[in-house]
Amino acid sequence: MADIAAPLLLSLKVAGWATLLSAVLGVAVAYALSRWRSSWSDVVDSVLTLPMVLPPTVIGYYLLVLLGRRGWLGSWLADMGIVLVFTWQGAVIAATVVAFPMVLKAARAAFEDVDHALEHAAQVLGISAAGIFFRVTLPLAMRGILAGVLLAFARALGEFGATLMIAGSIPGKTQTLSISIYEAVQAGNDSLANVLVLTTSLACIVVLLIAGRLAPDRSRMAVARGQA
Amino acid sequence: MRTISKFKRIAAVSALLAWGWHAQAAASDLLVAAAASLTNAFTEIGVQFQQEHPGTKVLSSFAGSDALAQQVIQGAPIDVFASADQKAMDKAVQAGNIDESTRRDFVRNEVVLIVPAANELKINSVADLKGASVKRVALGNPATVPVGRYTKAALEHTGNWDTVKRNEILGQNVRQVLDYVARGEVDAGFVFATDAAIMPDKVKVVEKLASPIPVLYPIALVKRDGRHPLAKDFYDFVFSPKGEAVLAKYGFSKP
Repeated sequence: MADIAAPLLLSLKVAGWATLLSAVLGVAVAYALSRWRSSWSDVVDSVLTLPMVLPPTVIGYYLLVLLGRRGWLGSWLADMGIVLVFTWQGAVIAATVVAFPMVLKAARAAFEDVDHALEHAAQVLGISAAGIFFRVTLPLAMRGILAGVLLAFARALGEFGATLMIAGSIPGKTQTLSISIYEAVQAGNDSLANVLVLTTSLACIVVLLIAGRLAPDRSRMAVARGQA
Repeated sequence: MRTISKFKRIAAVSALLAWGWHAQAAASDLLVAAAASLTNAFTEIGVQFQQEHPGTKVLSSFAGSDALAQQVIQGAPIDVFASADQKAMDKAVQAGNIDESTRRDFVRNEVVLIVPAANELKINSVADLKGASVKRVALGNPATVPVGRYTKAALEHTGNWDTVKRNEILGQNVRQVLDYVARGEVDAGFVFATDAAIMPDKVKVVEKLASPIPVLYPIALVKRDGRHPLAKDFYDFVFSPKGEAVLAKYGFSKP
């Protein structure tokens, strides 16, 4: 049972943190890019979307070189006593980097779809800039953002290549579901692999069901728009 | 006009892909699956074999021996299998995928403790791994990597296994362990002597382990329909003076 529970809990912990981080960062960057009227915004967008198209091994290598004990950021962090390679926090970083573009793409599209007249109206009514963002723009873009966040969670849960390179495969510490499956198949332990594969599939179905409940439906959104 | 040229372009790309697919599936390639520690030696043996047999292409696949054994068991089109220990070979034999009459040990190796060249922690023996400053020791995963099994058996024999296990970082194959040490991501690691010799400027050998299990590599022909006609020739080439010279060059000794 511990063979299944430990990797499952670890995967949920890593994917949860990665989703939270990429949601906050993704929404912030997407909002900034949607307001930034410059041809450079597309360049920045492309660079930040790279992890979506690059092979995970490339991401893993970049992270290892950057955050490793002798990496330029890693050696600096090591002096402060922070070690990321071979830790679950390292796995979170890997998952965040690959999940982030999912939120960025969805949120940017959602922000650009928001009717600027509504934001202007709020401005005329004397609401502060922060107030407009949190009470008008963000709620209107929420549906698109949520879709991106869900994809980010799914991507983070399935992360394998970059995670294996930076966090390794330490049982109970960095051995996530995907890595446990890989190890079980390599060892010829098909019965464990079967259980782990089914567990992963089940976890994903549960996530999708919860997501379906959380997402605001179209009719309520339409009413909200009408009232605004 | 535009649609025609577009159609032509799609047809051209499809034809190219189809050709690539066909080329990949061609039965003329001799596929050798060998333990990760044999990477350099078997690549060179493959090149020499091709020179002696023009028209034959040797494709080598290197990985942890157990991963290769699984591929053999699952029916991958492998012709020759060279494992870094008996257990991985046993798995393939038990599944009925190996021509047992051809199973033979072809090289002997040694397991060594290595540290990054700078050796900042002043580790000079397995006993030094007990030190409080030692945080990470890399070894092959004993469940799937031969060098990990040899390491575990040797350390259990001397009563040091628990010390090492506390700080273990498991590698997917011996070369990953070597890479972890070379990059300084771990404080020490256990690899084969032949692997340590690949990176003499980056890693330092500090102790040779006395293995209770002889470190012998078996090689055998895979039992399958349509095995490459030259599979046996390649197998014989490994035992020939030329093959032995290459293996010796990379530090492997005779069994």
